[in-house]
Amino acid sequence: MSIESTLQEYLRKTANAAPLAVFRIFFGILMLISIIRFAANGWIYKLYIEPDFFFSYYGFEWVQPIGEWTYLIFIICGLSTIFVSIGYKYRAAIIVFFLSFTYIELMDKTTYLNHYYFISILSFLMIFLPAHAYYSVDAWKNESLRAQKVPAWTIDSIKLLLGIVYFYAGLAKLNSDWLLRAMPLQIWLPANYSLPILGDLLQQTWVHYAFSWAGALYDLTIPFLLLMKRTRLFAFVLVIVFHALTRVLFPIGMFPYIMIVSALIFFEPKLHNTILSRISRFFKIQKDRFDNARSYLFSSTITRKASIGLLSLFFIVQLLIPFRYLLYPGELFWTEEGFRFSWRVMLMEKAGYANFKVVDSESDQSFYVDNTEFLTRFQEKQMAAQPDFILEYAHHLEDYYQQKGIEDPGIYVESFVALNGRRSRPYVDPNADLTEIEPSLKHRTWILPFDDEIKGL
Amino acid sequence: MRKFSFVFILGLILLWGCTDDNPSGPDADDFDREEILVNWADNIILPAFESFSTTTGELKTAGENFTTNPNQQTLQELRDAWKTSYLAWQHVSMFEMGKAMDVRFRDYLNTYPVSANESSPNADQTIQKNIQTGTYNLELPSLRDTQGFPALDYLLNGLGDSDDAILEYYTTHQDAVEYKKYINDLVTRMDQLTVEVLDHWESGYRDQFVSNSGNGANGSLDMMVNDYIFYYEKYLRAGKIGIPAGVSAISSGTPSPVRVEAYYSEGLSKALFMEALNATQNFFNGKHYGTQEMGESLASYLDYLNTMKEGADLTQLINNQFESARNQAENLNSDFVTQIETDNSEMLATYDELQKNVVFLKVDMLQALNINVDYVDADGD
Repeated sequence: MSIESTLQEYLRKTANAAPLAVFRIFFGILMLISIIRFAANGWIYKLYIEPDFFFSYYGFEWVQPIGEWTYLIFIICGLSTIFVSIGYKYRAAIIVFFLSFTYIELMDKTTYLNHYYFISILSFLMIFLPAHAYYSVDAWKNESLRAQKVPAWTIDSIKLLLGIVYFYAGLAKLNSDWLLRAMPLQIWLPANYSLPILGDLLQQTWVHYAFSWAGALYDLTIPFLLLMKRTRLFAFVLVIVFHALTRVLFPIGMFPYIMIVSALIFFEPKLHNTILSRISRFFKIQKDRFDNARSYLFSSTITRKASIGLLSLFFIVQLLIPFRYLLYPGELFWTEEGFRFSWRVMLMEKAGYANFKVVDSESDQSFYVDNTEFLTRFQEKQMAAQPDFILEYAHHLEDYYQQKGIEDPGIYVESFVALNGRRSRPYVDPNADLTEIEPSLKHRTWILPFDDEIKGL
Repeated sequence: MRKFSFVFILGLILLWGCTDDNPSGPDADDFDREEILVNWADNIILPAFESFSTTTGELKTAGENFTTNPNQQTLQELRDAWKTSYLAWQHVSMFEMGKAMDVRFRDYLNTYPVSANESSPNADQTIQKNIQTGTYNLELPSLRDTQGFPALDYLLNGLGDSDDAILEYYTTHQDAVEYKKYINDLVTRMDQLTVEVLDHWESGYRDQFVSNSGNGANGSLDMMVNDYIFYYEKYLRAGKIGIPAGVSAISSGTPSPVRVEAYYSEGLSKALFMEALNATQNFFNGKHYGTQEMGESLASYLDYLNTMKEGADLTQLINNQFESARNQAENLNSDFVTQIETDNSEMLATYDELQKNVVFLKVDMLQALNINVDYVDADGD
């Protein structure tokens, strides 16, 4: 058989739709909880309304918080999760969710988290999946949509995305800092001294190494252990233990729950049908109505082909993006060129300090900037260790002092960064006038050398 | 069942690992973070506040004596009480937490430059206006720079060129009654705020502070370290040296002697700075207030973490840098106003030395201690 016919056959293969429906329901619920939690913590105000200045992603400078109206974006995002969960007007709901959630994430890159990026691209993926064909309000009402079976690739695409996240996170851990110096866990773990039992254990050096190696091994193997039927249950226990530990040790919010629930997609449909039966019994929903043995059909061949084509492209991009760092010289951890969107999670403890100097070229007067006048503590911390933040902030200062009447201010920065327990070193060239440098994706020549080597991927 | 036995064996292996006889790290019982909090609270913060509260009490009495009987002697006694209290203040200023934060203790006691009269940097609401109108509410945030130590500095040292000229305001001046009332209002308010903050520490906040020993942005340790660095950067480095020396945007980079702490009192600014520098270093080292005894603090915690990581001696680096800053500051004139006007470069050199420790404290130390700057989700997998 040729590759092509194998592929065609795979794409025609169908599977029980219950896993996809369960995934949709839980995804919606967890997103709703996340949004409510975010609001309840006062973070909408604190992160998106209170600050005077926001750090933008390159090319997305137009995405800004809209003052008090920012709450509305969160409300829309929160409402869409309910629609997604119950599968009512699913396609529109998941598009609204993807757009509003992504908009929120793009408003300020200070809050960048790999988790949020994961949610963004996962919801993008879900736009193209028939997650509403089964056990949804849409399917309840619309007989032509209702289908007990969906193409197997639609379920597999979620597994693939999860697999990429884990495996790439594991690859990223194969470096000398993580494996040979137990960094940054060696810094982070002892700080959890107040935990019962674990607290004392976390002071031990061997524990730091054990956690580092186990973490890398976990990330690299878990997708495969979940895929294989024989190891699946064991793998799921590992998923729970691993994410429960990260929940206890680090302030990472909802993410552990999202990953644990997502991992359910790897199980056989029997489990998902049981879950749906339970839900049906509780809410007195007639589950039989969905069990029509039909296979989901895309509205047209073109839609089907377009979906498959788009998602193939999506996955190729996903597989390549994390390797874009190879295009840049220098140490990735130091320059952070190609660091984000690559599942490089928990790899760095980076602290920085940036003291900006404004020079009035006409009068030759100079003075230092009080960062707290412009940035929140959180923003300042993020800014001080990341070059793209430093540059963007410098341009903001240029604009500000131009308005204050300095015609051509030069902005220089004295900055120091410490990475993974190393002594702090000068970071940005203090003689570089940052106003002369335009933000771009090109290699940043104005970052001073790292003078050390982190071996590995 | 086979699956579960596998999990079981894994659990056994883990347990076996935990009971390893030869842990490679230091004994975890060696270091108790709560000890740091206890040392800070019982041996540094509380004694410093108690001592400071004694001085504000004495200041209040001296103020009353002076206003009942204004003469050369009572004026000098009030000045002495003010000076003693101002020096003691340098040991509590950095502890802006709990009640002190609620009442904006630092802002009400030591906002400078003072708004004395229409020629002051902030001329909207001045001491002279307050006295002339007689209607002022010192609890208003807009009146922060017309009260506290800097306001007393102006009233006791800045009203005239000679003691006789100053005394006139409290004796023969047409507003003498108002001047005296203002002095009393100031010292009463200072004492009252101090008693409030001290009471709060003594009636439960101390226990709350010490028992909140968990990690996280709201734990006492993280909170205190953040506040400490904030104080060092903003009030010690910038406030006492940098801003008057003209490194900040406030004066567009030109030296601004009027922004010196205790501007009107000749020769006190350096003493205040040195006292504050000592206080910050003592806090870092856990040195008890008013004695030579040492206890647990950031220094010993860093040492403990260092032995674990076999890293360079950060404690030594930070203490050396404190020394360098002190040595550089020794060159300064006892009056910073004079220093700035004659040779500002020495001030700038002091600023640079202080600056170097900002990097050690804010970058190296924060990294080593893994202090959270804020309560938000961080990355993980």
